[in-house]
Order: sequence, then C-alpha cells, then structure tokens
Amino acid sequence: MTTAATPSVVAALRAPRVLEGFNIPQWEDLVGQARRTNLVSRLAYALRDTGMLSTVPAAPRSHLEAALVVAGAQAEAVRREVDLVRSALTPIDTDIVLLKGAAYLMAGLPISRGRVFTDIDILLPFDRLADAEAALHLHGWSTTHHDAYDQRYYRQWMHELPPLRHNVRMSVLDVHHAILPRTARLAPSSAKLLEAALPVAGEPRLRVLCPTDMVLHCATHLLHNEELSQGLRDLADLDSLLCRFGNSPGFWDALPRRAAELDLCRPLAYGVRYAVRYFGSSVPAAVRDAIGAGGASRATVRLMDALYDRALQPVGDHGAGPATSMARSALYLRGHWLRMPLPLLLFHLCIKATRRTPEA
Amino acid sequence: MDEQTFADFHVCVARPRSARRWFKPQVRLYVDGRSPFAPLPFDQAFPMLEWGLNWCVSAHCHQYLIIHAAVVERSGRALILPAPPGSGKSTLTAALVHRGWRLLSDELTLIEPESCRVVPIPRPVSLKNGSIAAIRAFAPAAEIGVPVRDTVKGTVAHMRAPHDEPLASLRTIEPHWVVFPRYEASAASQMTPVPKALAFMQVADQAFNYTIHGRRGFDVLATLIDRCACRSLEFGELAAAVAAVDSLARAS
Repeated sequence: MTTAATPSVVAALRAPRVLEGFNIPQWEDLVGQARRTNLVSRLAYALRDTGMLSTVPAAPRSHLEAALVVAGAQAEAVRREVDLVRSALTPIDTDIVLLKGAAYLMAGLPISRGRVFTDIDILLPFDRLADAEAALHLHGWSTTHHDAYDQRYYRQWMHELPPLRHNVRMSVLDVHHAILPRTARLAPSSAKLLEAALPVAGEPRLRVLCPTDMVLHCATHLLHNEELSQGLRDLADLDSLLCRFGNSPGFWDALPRRAAELDLCRPLAYGVRYAVRYFGSSVPAAVRDAIGAGGASRATVRLMDALYDRALQPVGDHGAGPATSMARSALYLRGHWLRMPLPLLLFHLCIKATRRTPEA
Repeated sequence: MDEQTFADFHVCVARPRSARRWFKPQVRLYVDGRSPFAPLPFDQAFPMLEWGLNWCVSAHCHQYLIIHAAVVERSGRALILPAPPGSGKSTLTAALVHRGWRLLSDELTLIEPESCRVVPIPRPVSLKNGSIAAIRAFAPAAEIGVPVRDTVKGTVAHMRAPHDEPLASLRTIEPHWVVFPRYEASAASQMTPVPKALAFMQVADQAFNYTIHGRRGFDVLATLIDRCACRSLEFGELAAAVAAVDSLARAS
C-alpha cells in the first residue's frame, strides 16, 4: 500500500508480529481502533492462533479475552439459530442458502473465527418467499417494520423481506431473494447464484454460495453498503476469503468470468483493489489485469480511492472528523445511488428526512 | 495518565456537532468515538457519564461474570447485594460505606472466573429521588453532588464514597456474603436465610452476561454461591438495615 495511512489494527491483522515491540500507549490505541472497527475478536483470534496472546500485557489482553468469550458464545448461538430456522422452514421444501456470517460459520471458513454477528442472512428462491414468511411467522418470527412505508420499501424495492425478529430469542433474520435491491443498477441473477450454491457437509438442506460467488457477494456488500463504519471489517472479510480460496485450483480463472456472468465486474474491481491496498491480499497480476477497473474511468477510480482512504479511517474520540464524515456521506449517497434510480432515490430520501423515527 | 497506564475506554460527554450545541443544548456520550445513546439535555451530562461508564463495563467486559449488584468490602471480605432497580441497593450501599464498609461498586459486581473473586470498580454512588434526603439524614457528612432533575430515573445525585482511595493491596476480593436487599417503606428490618438453589437462580437473574459464559458461567456462579452465606434483607429504615448487615458480618 502506498498512499493511505494504514490504521494500526490493519497492520496488526496483516502481520501480528508487529505487535511484539508495542508499548502500553500503542496497545491502548490499537484496542480502541479495533473496537471502533468491530475487529477486536478478529484480532484476538489472530493473536491466539500465532501463540502471541499470552505475551500481550495484562490490561489489553483482558479486552481481547473478553472478545473471545463473546465470539465463542455468538458462534454457538448462530449455530443453534440456523438449526431453528432450518426446522421452521421444513415445510417449504427447498434448500436454504446461508449468506455472509452464518455461511462462513457453517462452512467452517477461517473468516468466521472472531466475526461479530448482528443477524442471520438467508437466500431463497423468490417464489418461495411467501411460504417461507408464513412458516417463520408460525414459529415465532415477526416483522420489525410496522410502518406502511417501510413495508412497501422492502417488499416493492428491496432484495429482502423486512427483517424478522424472533419474539422470544430476539434474534434477527434477513430473508433475501437477491443480493442487490430490485431497483439497483446491477442485477446479479439469483437463479445463477442458487444453482451454483454448494451443500454444507454434514448439514442437510443447508447450502452456501460457491467460492467465487461468496467473494463476489462480499465485494458487492462492501461497495453497495451505505454504512461505511463497517468498511474495514468488510475488507478484512474479503481479504480472508481471497486468502482461503486463492489456493483452490481454477479459482482465479473463474473469478473474473463469474463476475461478468453475474454483472458484478465493478464491485469486484473495487473490492480487490482495496483488499490489496489495505490488507496486501495476494491476487495474481494476470487476474488483476483481467479484472481491471471494471469499466470505471481513471478519474472515477482516483476519486473513489480518495473517498475510501478517508472513509475507512477509524473515527476519533469525538466521532468521525469532518473529512471522514464528508467521505462517508458521499459514499452513503453513492450506496443509495447504486441501489435505486434517481427519482426513486430522491423520493426515498425525502421520506426518510421528513419522518421522525423514534430513537432506540 | 502516565505512559504505563492503560485506559480501557476513551469516554467523553460533549455538545453535539449540530444546532443543538446552542439551541436547547444537548449533550452526547462518546465511547471510543461511537455514540451509543440518544443525546440528553445538557444538564444531565454527569448522570449520562455515569450511565456511559456502566455501559462500557456491562457491554464489553465479558472477561468477567457481570452481576447487577452493589458490592462492599470489610476486612478483606466482600458483601454482594444483587437486586433489580428500585430495591434500595444504592441507598443501602451508601449507608454501609458510612459505617466502615468500603465501596467496591454500587451497580456492577465483576467476578473473575478463574478465581471466583470480586474485581472492584469503585465510583461515586448514584442516589435517586428520596434516597438523596435519606442519606443526607443518615450521614450528614456525606459529600453529595448537585441533584439533577427530570432524568429518566427521576432526580439523581452522586455521592462520593468516604474511603475512595484505591485498594492498592487487593486487586481482587474474596466474596463472603450475598444479601438480596428489598426496601419496603416502614417495614421492620428482617434478615432471612435463602436456600442456595434459590440464591443461585436469583443471582443468575441479575447476571448481565450469564448466557454468554455458558457452562463456565454456571460453574462460576455455583462456586460463588457455595462460598457465600446467602440472606434476604427486607428493610424500611437504614440504621436497622446496617445493624442487621453488621451482625451478619460478625456472626460469619
């Protein structure tokens, strides 16, 4: 990486050995950064895996140990929840494709170690959605958005049902029929994703996206998400996936081809660009040439670099500074811009701006 | 702080970067640069800081079993007071620390799983509504801050613990008693033994992260309850409640 200032948490994840000479103020800064970027447990696993955890000074170590406790409990809770979703969906007679965190966990990918969950995401064929929703209602899941506009927003324009929350366990489930909103400029085919999805060993009726599609979904999520506060975490995910699948025969040849098939060349181009830029992900030069800029002009790429370099910086003690806020706002708008056509976007932003939502 | 001190969290309360900086001023809490709560009216800055500090611990410090309980110490032994809000836990704690007990916490009891001992996190005691006058009457020397009105918990004031110097000699403290306090206006003080199984369930009920610890949480709590004498204490008057606690301490 040449231009962007590397946050110390990224440097630590890339090469935990850099921490050997860390003094207490450096540790304090690192733990704070890791917390700001949702990477504490990932860092804790990296240190445990390299046998370095026991050498960390006691004060920062206790925070890393706390994160390990939480990550372990979350992984267990997600396994249990996935099992319950599967049994609730027994009547709909189709395999359940897990996405993101739950998929990484059930497929036993290294990326799942220390990844913080907020919800479970699944992908189903569009024509099974109504049945699935009814079955989930019967088993205690209820919708979280009771407002008529929100219901319409999700059902008419989005790629998922309004999020469901379980009445007793309070766990949140996102049921998708696509990986991008119906209104988005790019339209990756859900049929192709579902067709290529792979069974999970030892887990009947559960599937995960095939390796290329998992990488493409991860990159798409990073580049279409309007919430850049999770940006470094998403990039760390992408780096980990590229590292895990990079050694599989045929993966690198298939990746650009599959991106073209799924209409996801641009998200892949940016995703790979920033994974290499920040995490030093090893992507063969030929593949990087094949991916190129995904059709973006050089000026656009320069602008995106500048915005991402700013937006990915961990926030300061008083929240994001003006430059980071501005970059994040620009990328927030871009995220929305990619998700819906301009007239609809303006309409949606007006509704969002004028409506008072009760703060939680 | 010096170069060798590690700050666990970077916490600040500040005016928001918006019109509410000047117009009907508000205050926002930042924990490591993130703002976990909605802003409050500016004069609630100090209670907000206190709630923020509690949130830091209860939302992150899962290296410990965290119990919603006050905890005080005498002669190297800890007395844990678990109770839901409104049970008179902080009031009783404020009274005890004016009668020879040392404050370890009025809100969060941290149990170190490896040793099953209490980790102190002393801070000013948060007194609410009628408790403020009750403590002023009980301990006229008490140092109590300016009451803040109309918070979500009513009127809140903070009391400095009389022995608030750090416990240099003891990093952790052996738990010795668990007492479940319950304030009942004009009730006579009554201390009743609580069966261990029931005590276990009541403490588990008040443990914020019991489920996160899984099997280990169960084991730690079982050890804690095994080691402690467990009582319930109904009280209507502070002097009698303190006397009942003191006689328990003398007896075991």
